[in-house]
Amino acid sequence: MSESVTDTAELDAEGLRSRTREFLASNDPATTDRGEFLRARFDAGLAWVHYPEGLGGLGAPRALQSVVDAELEAAGAPDNEPSRIGIGLGMAAPTILAFGTDEQKQRFLRPLWTGDEVWCQLFSEPGAGSDLASVGTRAEREGDGWRVTGQKVWTSSAHNARWAILLTRTDPDAPKHKGMSYFVCDMTDPGVEVRPLRQITGEAEFNEVFLNEAWIPDSNRLGEVGEGWRVAQTTLMNERVAIGGRPMPREGGMSGVVADTWRKRPEGADAATYDRLMALWVEAEALRLAGKRLGQQLAAGSPGPEGSAMKLGFARLSQELSGLELELLGQEGLRYDDWSLRRPETVNFTGRTAGYRYLRAKGNSIEGGTSEVLRNIIAERVLGLPAEARADKDVPWKDLPR
Amino acid sequence: MSPNLLYSTEEQDLRASVRDLLTDRCPPERVLERCEEGETGDPALWHTLATQLGATSLHVPDELGGQGASVREVAVVAEELGRFVAPVPFLGSAVLATSALLGCRAGQQRDAVLADVAAGNRTATLVVPLSSCVGGSFPTAVRAGEGRLSGSVRTVADGASADCLIVPARGADGPELYVVDAAEGRVAVDAVTSFDITRPVSDVEFDDVAGVRIADPDLAATVLDDAVRTGAGVLASEQVGVAEWCLDSTVEYLKQRYQFGRALASYQALKHRLADLWYELVVARAAARYAADQLATASDDAPVAVGVAQSLCARVARHAAEECVQLHGGIGMTWEHPAHLYLKRAKADEIALGSPSAHHGVLGPLVDLHPAP
Repeated sequence: MSESVTDTAELDAEGLRSRTREFLASNDPATTDRGEFLRARFDAGLAWVHYPEGLGGLGAPRALQSVVDAELEAAGAPDNEPSRIGIGLGMAAPTILAFGTDEQKQRFLRPLWTGDEVWCQLFSEPGAGSDLASVGTRAEREGDGWRVTGQKVWTSSAHNARWAILLTRTDPDAPKHKGMSYFVCDMTDPGVEVRPLRQITGEAEFNEVFLNEAWIPDSNRLGEVGEGWRVAQTTLMNERVAIGGRPMPREGGMSGVVADTWRKRPEGADAATYDRLMALWVEAEALRLAGKRLGQQLAAGSPGPEGSAMKLGFARLSQELSGLELELLGQEGLRYDDWSLRRPETVNFTGRTAGYRYLRAKGNSIEGGTSEVLRNIIAERVLGLPAEARADKDVPWKDLPR
Repeated sequence: MSPNLLYSTEEQDLRASVRDLLTDRCPPERVLERCEEGETGDPALWHTLATQLGATSLHVPDELGGQGASVREVAVVAEELGRFVAPVPFLGSAVLATSALLGCRAGQQRDAVLADVAAGNRTATLVVPLSSCVGGSFPTAVRAGEGRLSGSVRTVADGASADCLIVPARGADGPELYVVDAAEGRVAVDAVTSFDITRPVSDVEFDDVAGVRIADPDLAATVLDDAVRTGAGVLASEQVGVAEWCLDSTVEYLKQRYQFGRALASYQALKHRLADLWYELVVARAAARYAADQLATASDDAPVAVGVAQSLCARVARHAAEECVQLHGGIGMTWEHPAHLYLKRAKADEIALGSPSAHHGVLGPLVDLHPAP
């Protein structure tokens, strides 16, 4: 490390570009093993430049990551397949960075980033969806660790995961927000059982995870005992950042798929469906522009609350457009490609067939915050309307009706 | 260059000046009083907007007596005028007529009229039905022969307050544009009862009237189409202003109105409707800003941007005004509450310069989406 002592003066775009070129000069992607290359990249601080030195970063501005990525891509370097390890990168890592001990950061972040260890998220439960703070998975003290029992649901990647971020109830006598603790859970523990959760498309993107007296050493706790909700907020905040804000070309999403279907003159195309198509196309284009506008606000340093509008509109449009597409297809719309249980590695909302797209889009208004909860957030935080009446705030968790 | 969808500092300053003036001179109660007194416009306010704020000359070049700004600034003023449903002939004069004049070739006659209209010495309008949509065929209602015009056009915006009329007419060689002095004896401008109380409309009749030709057949159709397109793009910003007032006033009302021992704003059924309106406003504003920007830079994408903005913002403003009336309950249905001014403006604006479905029909082929055979 002594040769590349970080000097803040060179943490600009030019500095990072030359740093990346030096790295490439000594680690030729053509001749270096993929895993070795990624680990070396992490050690050089080029993994996520806004992370601290020694943890894959350089303490540089986050926006400069694109400079590094562009250099590496141009050199034909392998990436860490971010779509495969999104939970780790987008949710676990920022939480570990914010709340982890030095040992935890050293242990977890490097294999997380390289993809050597896949992460999943054990938050939602059958009884705790929109009301995540009511989680009931119990963690009880035992010696220098915890025994955990409960059921988690809607867990993507659980069947491939080495580690999980886990939200548990440690004090049922405290009010709901105060009695939670947050752990890193070893998915290879014998008390962890993963079962596919089949959804309405026929496939199983997600899992149910049953925790049956799973063992977690206390050294795998993130944050203080009872502080789990605050730690989880950090995770969820980063989830929102990860979902929003990539620039998209016109017709870049579902509207493009349906427009192409229209262009093929399908059976159900008529004057009435044309007007519906155009109204949705227009709204999709306007939503795209709103996303662009949001990006410009962020760049100008004045982020607006418009982010919550993006997901609401995205869900609505995906559903309306994919429904229209099935109608346009007429007879073809009466067929489905395959109901068999599949386990896709990644999910593509605009992939497969129109029937799949229609069914998968139904999840867009449920996953990552339902549209109903989003409307509450907009109403209360943006428009300043009174909050919903709460009957659960100062009551011990164990006494809440369920 | 990437379009700027935000408001620049200058645009924000302009907005603040216009809003200050309108807050002082044109609060909704005052607009309502005028309507009751049967006054269809506020000439004093119009004079101030023109002479003190330069609102009538924004996108006119400096050398023609204008401010050398662009449609972006015009759109900002339209947004504020929409927020106050201000009864001034901005759309007819500063947007439609001025854009048409700007499209014509420079010349003594045109430059003189343009300078007068820009300075606010005269008020103009474009003599087409307010429902005209971009992409339509050139109107044939007025015929021109040897410099004299005959014919009639119904439902012209801001006709009664206009001193000079920009008239599309069909001549022997094809489409032409003329300037006609409204004070000519053989011009009849009949104010009809307007659905939108704050935007007067008139029927205009020409009985062998002398006009000055400002666009020949090689240019007239393009000039008219561009002016109507610019009008539709600017109208989208007016609609954003209308929608924003409707949402803001409804939010305020529901916060202070109690029923069943609770603020109405605490009912989830109502909160969700307001959240949906807010979402609509977010996308409408992005679309309107994009249209203004693309018109300002004469971008190739301007026709698409205007089609998107006008078809969307028209629906959003109308929906916001309808929700405003409904969520105000009984008071929203009364004449004394200003909500109806916004409903009338919003519904009329939905038809003005092309309905959403008319714009869909024009927009589709531009993006390779053709109507069903």
